[in-house]
Amino acid sequence: MPDQQLNKIIGHLFRQEAGKMAAVLTRMLGFQSLDLAEDIVQDTLLKALSVWKIKGIPENPSAWLYKVAKRKAIDCIRQYHVHEQHHRELAPALKSEWTLSPAVNKFFLKDEIEDSQLRMIFACCHPSIPYESQIALTLKTLCGLSIQEIANSFLTNDETITKRLFRAREKIRQENISLEAPLPATLPGRLDAVLHTLYLLFNEGYNSSHPDHLIRAELCEEAMRLCLLLIRNSKTSLPRAKALLALMCFQASRDDARIDADGRIVQLKYQDRTKWNNSLIQKGNFYLNQSAEGAEMSPYHIEAAIAATHAAATSFDKTDWGRILDLYTILSRMKPGAVVELNKAIALGYGKSAAEGLEALNSIVGLHEHYLFHAAVGEFSLKLGMVSEARESFVEAILRTQSKAEQDLLRARLNNLGSTLDE
Amino acid sequence: MFIFHGGDTSNLSPEKQQGNMQQWFAWVEKLKNENRYVAGEALIPGGKSIAGTKKVVTDGPFAESKELVGGFFVVMAKNIDEAMDIAKEYPDFELGGTIEVREVVKFDM
Repeated sequence: MPDQQLNKIIGHLFRQEAGKMAAVLTRMLGFQSLDLAEDIVQDTLLKALSVWKIKGIPENPSAWLYKVAKRKAIDCIRQYHVHEQHHRELAPALKSEWTLSPAVNKFFLKDEIEDSQLRMIFACCHPSIPYESQIALTLKTLCGLSIQEIANSFLTNDETITKRLFRAREKIRQENISLEAPLPATLPGRLDAVLHTLYLLFNEGYNSSHPDHLIRAELCEEAMRLCLLLIRNSKTSLPRAKALLALMCFQASRDDARIDADGRIVQLKYQDRTKWNNSLIQKGNFYLNQSAEGAEMSPYHIEAAIAATHAAATSFDKTDWGRILDLYTILSRMKPGAVVELNKAIALGYGKSAAEGLEALNSIVGLHEHYLFHAAVGEFSLKLGMVSEARESFVEAILRTQSKAEQDLLRARLNNLGSTLDE
Repeated sequence: MFIFHGGDTSNLSPEKQQGNMQQWFAWVEKLKNENRYVAGEALIPGGKSIAGTKKVVTDGPFAESKELVGGFFVVMAKNIDEAMDIAKEYPDFELGGTIEVREVVKFDM
């Protein structure tokens, strides 16, 4: 098996199972013992590494991991008497030697694992925990991201993330937050935090800030998997959750077309649309339709509709820009902000005229450090024949992205300018 | 017999850890393709030591991480020199690991 593939599989496996195990163990040991649960998970993965390298990967890797984690958890319960915080129904079972093992086994059944994960997501998004800490905590414990990966997606450093995690754990202790399901009244509010976390997770996978990997499919898959969990549970399958899943399906459908054989970015207008994943597009449409129930409309609905409009176009020229512009106008009212304005301006530039687009771009405040802003200004300047302005903008853009693939794309645009000048 | 000492990956990044595992898989595959691989086991750290006529049990075996035996392979080689050549492909040198090469006694009957 080729090296890259095996590494990916193991990485994927570890990340997924780490999240699941953390959720299950936390449920068993109590949210207050989150640290302990995480230690057990880390020890289990380390053991897997040192044993599998000598013995090879077992036939059922997940089962192997769970078995080891279970044993460690039982040892912990025996040793540290973590009884008090246990899941209420199971506390008595966990106290008795006789019933300990079967009780632990029960937690690892498939349905229970899903349930634990859901509870985990919601507990991590408890309102007492500062907002950014919620996201960091979810990404770390449930999605198995490393501190550095989380730092990348927030465009900050390891220290900041470590602090946020620390704050989250403190709050959990202080407020005695547990893993019980939130009350129906508080669920919608909590769900928003959860959805936002998944949105960020997907975004990091879709267009990663990692210098070497533009698309990190595993992160997108994690986000979609967790969103699907939400949808499968009747209490959490609200329309906006479905809209978010639709959005993710549409965006993920273009993965194969976005990078060429040499790892270079292919812009939307040049993408080979036969490489778009039709099955994902269909799923996107399915969930988008499903999300149209009730009176609720969320930003995710709009973003999904925009993505659907792109997905429906058989070529770039056939894109219904008018519709996209309308949608961005609605979105900018729901979710005002510079990034939405950026996208709206770009839609305006393609739908109406490059001049109007450029004008709109230049009226946006606050995007000076954003590489996409400069790239957009560059593109429209170029269209209008303003070559030296285009050059300046592309240079500014290159300085503001760490991604090698993006830098290469921008440099290629710059080099094209050179030939335009000579003509 | 190859006895593996040390080679601790616990402080590495996930990518490096998986890379290390990948190197081991490649080594084992090579040994198997060459019909050299006979057996191998990983050892769980910890365990016990029993010593003396009074059979005193102590936790351990205690060893610094560098000396801790993580596992062993049994491989086929013409002689110890050939075994040494194979042993040089042990992936954990950079991790501070050591590989001990011992000849298994075979009685030619």
